[in-house]
Amino acid sequence: MNSIFYFAAPQRFYPLAGRLIPGLWLAAALLGVFGLYLGLVRAPVDAQQGQAYRIIFVHVPAAWMSMLIYLAMAGWAGVGLVFNSRLASMMACALAPTGAIMTFLALWTGALWGKPTWGTWWVWDARLTSELVLLFLYVGFMALHGAIEDVRRADRAAGLLALVGVVNVPIIYFSVKWWNTLHQGASISPSGVSMATPMLVGMLVMTLAFWAYCIAAALMRVRFIILAREQHTGWVQKTLEAP
Amino acid sequence: MSSWTSLSEFAAMGGYGLFVWGSLGMCAACMALELLWLRGRRQALLNEAQLQAGLHAGMGGQS
Repeated sequence: MNSIFYFAAPQRFYPLAGRLIPGLWLAAALLGVFGLYLGLVRAPVDAQQGQAYRIIFVHVPAAWMSMLIYLAMAGWAGVGLVFNSRLASMMACALAPTGAIMTFLALWTGALWGKPTWGTWWVWDARLTSELVLLFLYVGFMALHGAIEDVRRADRAAGLLALVGVVNVPIIYFSVKWWNTLHQGASISPSGVSMATPMLVGMLVMTLAFWAYCIAAALMRVRFIILAREQHTGWVQKTLEAP
Repeated sequence: MSSWTSLSEFAAMGGYGLFVWGSLGMCAACMALELLWLRGRRQALLNEAQLQAGLHAGMGGQS
C-alpha cells in the first residue's frame, strides 16, 4: 500500500512512467507484428464470411479497449474526485484521447465489416448506437475539461461526467443479449468460446498489442500533462532544463 | 504453412481487400498519428522549457 501512495506524487510517477514507456512500445510492436501474422497469414478463412472476417483482428481489440479505457478513465476520475488526487485526475485526462481513438476505430472497422457482411455501413442497432454514445462521452469529457479554465474545477466537472457515463459501458457490452441486434453476439463469454483456435489466439495476441499501445500512449500523455500542470514547481523546472 | 498461395491473392483478401485493408490501414494511421502528435508535443514542451531556461540565464534560448 505504501508504494501506491509513494507513486501518487506526480514528481515520483513521472520518472516511473518514463521507464515503462520504451518497453511498452516494444511489446506493442512485437505483439502487433506477431498478432497480424497469426491473424492474416496463419488463421484459416472463415466458412461463412470469407476473408472479410479478418477485420475481427483489429475490430474486437479496438472495441474492447474502447470500453476498458472508459472504465479506467472513470475509475481514475472517481479516485480524483473522492481523494482529491491531482495525479488520478491527470490519468483520466490522459486516457480520454486514446479511448476516443479506440472508439472511433471500433466504429470505423465495424462499418467496413458491416458493409460486406450485412450490406450496410451503419444501422441504428443497440450495439452500434451505444458505441457511438461512448464516442460522444469521450469527446464530451475532453470538451468539458477544455472549456473550464480552472483546471481543478475542470477535473471535478469532467470527472462527474465520466462517472455518470459509466452506465453506458454495460449497455454496450450486454446490448447484443438484451436486444435483438444485427450485431452478432459475444464470441467469448463465460459459457465458452465460439471460434476456431488459431483465430482466437490471433485475436488475443492483437488485444495484448492494443493494451500495450494504449498504456504506452496514455503514459506518454500523462507525462506532458504533469509537466504542463506542475510547471511552477521546482522539480519540473529541473527536469525540463536537464533533458 | 499459410492459407495463401500468392502475394496478390493475399492483397485481394478474397475480394474484400478494400474492407480488410481499409480497417487495418485506418488503425495503423490513427496510431501513427497519435504517436507523432505525442512526440511533437514532447518536443514543443522541451523547446519551450529550454527557451525559458535560456532567458532566465540571460544567454538566449537554443535556436
